Amino acid sequence: MTYVIQGAKDDFEVVIGLEIHAQITSNAKLFSGASTEFGAEPNTQVSLVDAAMPGMLPTINAECIRQGVRTGLAMGAQINKFSVFDRKNYFYADLPQGYQISQFTHPIVGEGVVKLDMGDGKTKDVGIERIHLEQDAGKSMHDQHPQMTYVDLNRSGVALMEIVSKPDMTSPEEAGAYVTKIRSILRYIGSCDGNMEQGSMRADVNVSVRRAGEPLGTRCELKNINSVRFVRQSIEIEARRQVDILEEGGSIDQETRLFDPVKGETRSMRSKEEAHDYRYFPDPDLLPVEFDDAFVEAARASLPELPDVKKARLVEALGLNDYTASVLVAEKEQADFFEALLDAVVTATKKEAADVASKAANWLTGDLFGALNKAGKTIGESPVSAVQGAGLLSLIEDGTISGRIAKDVFEIMFETGKDADVIVEEKGLKQVSDTGEIEAIIDEIIAVNQGQVEQYRAGKTKLIGFFVGQVMKATGGKANPGVVNQLLKPKLDG
Amino acid sequence: MSNIDTKTVAKIARLSRIKVADDKLEPLAGELNNILGWVEQLEEVNTDNVEPMSSVVDVKLRWRADQVTDGNKQESVLKNAPNSEYGFFAVPKVIE
Repeated sequence: MTYVIQGAKDDFEVVIGLEIHAQITSNAKLFSGASTEFGAEPNTQVSLVDAAMPGMLPTINAECIRQGVRTGLAMGAQINKFSVFDRKNYFYADLPQGYQISQFTHPIVGEGVVKLDMGDGKTKDVGIERIHLEQDAGKSMHDQHPQMTYVDLNRSGVALMEIVSKPDMTSPEEAGAYVTKIRSILRYIGSCDGNMEQGSMRADVNVSVRRAGEPLGTRCELKNINSVRFVRQSIEIEARRQVDILEEGGSIDQETRLFDPVKGETRSMRSKEEAHDYRYFPDPDLLPVEFDDAFVEAARASLPELPDVKKARLVEALGLNDYTASVLVAEKEQADFFEALLDAVVTATKKEAADVASKAANWLTGDLFGALNKAGKTIGESPVSAVQGAGLLSLIEDGTISGRIAKDVFEIMFETGKDADVIVEEKGLKQVSDTGEIEAIIDEIIAVNQGQVEQYRAGKTKLIGFFVGQVMKATGGKANPGVVNQLLKPKLDG
Repeated sequence: MSNIDTKTVAKIARLSRIKVADDKLEPLAGELNNILGWVEQLEEVNTDNVEPMSSVVDVKLRWRADQVTDGNKQESVLKNAPNSEYGFFAVPKVIE
């Protein structure tokens, strides 16, 4: 389905490219030994390098190079064994050096591609243009004092990766799916925690519109968008703004704009325009970054199974449907929980993984996710562990409890954190499979419901449901439905 | 031959946050053109097939281990600041 913006006269398409800034997971900063930890007292995690004191020299953090390479590999991208740091010059109070150390002409990672899952088994490839390493700036606080801006340099010098896409996206949904996918990959490989609320990941969104078949229009850049929802919203609003201007015969100015989610509008940030002459040049304090094939291969060997590969395995080897597999692999924690759950079910039931995988996945995505959602908890905070979930599922598998009773047991597990077998024992919820016991109950029910028996024998065979219901009622839902059906039919048939 | 005009000088000065009086633009343009002209003599040398040199000595970039070895020196960091409050640098309000 093509995303079309209907103008008063013409239909327009939108073209979107994203620059995602992702904080690299590291203990120390990109060029200094100061800590990167979030939430410290102001200016306590600042070395004299980060504060740009005269004579201080940057020394590159090896881990940041390694994580940049791993990220590139995870996106199937070209790894550049030779890359160069440049200075990007601009003045701002939270940039003590007066320049940001970044990579301009020779980034560490070149072209790659990520596959987006667009639902219904549809995918979309989005090209990666490049990934480069750069320093974060400090933080300015404008609302603490009437005349002053307060500056905290704790973030100054923290390592970022800028992941630049090609302008391959053509709808707000694709752009949202792209951010989600990048976040998922980064979290799988652990090169960034993907925490958008804390600012560990943020996006600059480039938006332009054109009438079908026309060349690319002039783009505007929406700065610092910090959630997937805002990425989608800001694009819808900005594309509509551009269409309205074009339809009135106007033209789009290439500029940086600010998205205001409260007012639902984008605003020009003209004041920064002139500063966009960054006068890049190679940083004379830093030699080029060079490494060999062995370094790249070691980085490659350290990658875990990535979401696309994992999803394919869940579908092909375990027989999960496409949708369920997508849900499970989207977040690494969910995928890990599922694998632990499945392992434990296989161990407990001695069945093949493929035979129990769908049941385990359905319980996880249905019962557990539903309960977590309702309780406002994440999978990491689940009161029911993977092993406990497996305990419940194996009780269903071996016939100890019915699927219906299992729902009740699960509710108690979720509330109390107790094991399933303990709850079943305490509450006496064991399924009755004893044929003698069930037979006696059936006989009694047939005896007191002679009218229905006659109707059944006269041809209203649907009434068997009524009898099953009566047996279940009499046993408090604990009778094994298979056994009930098996015994009931010959008795009714006479 | 490079040709820096007064307009370019004014722009560079603004980007560098250096105040340059109007009557100084012309002499500065002359000085900058002299400097660039001097450096541009290097263009006379044929550098085809010569790799760019990033250092005059044969050394590689030194990498540091990912260890926290620095920090907790708020006082030193803020020492030269014209103004600081509550551990922050305090600067004239800058807002979009």
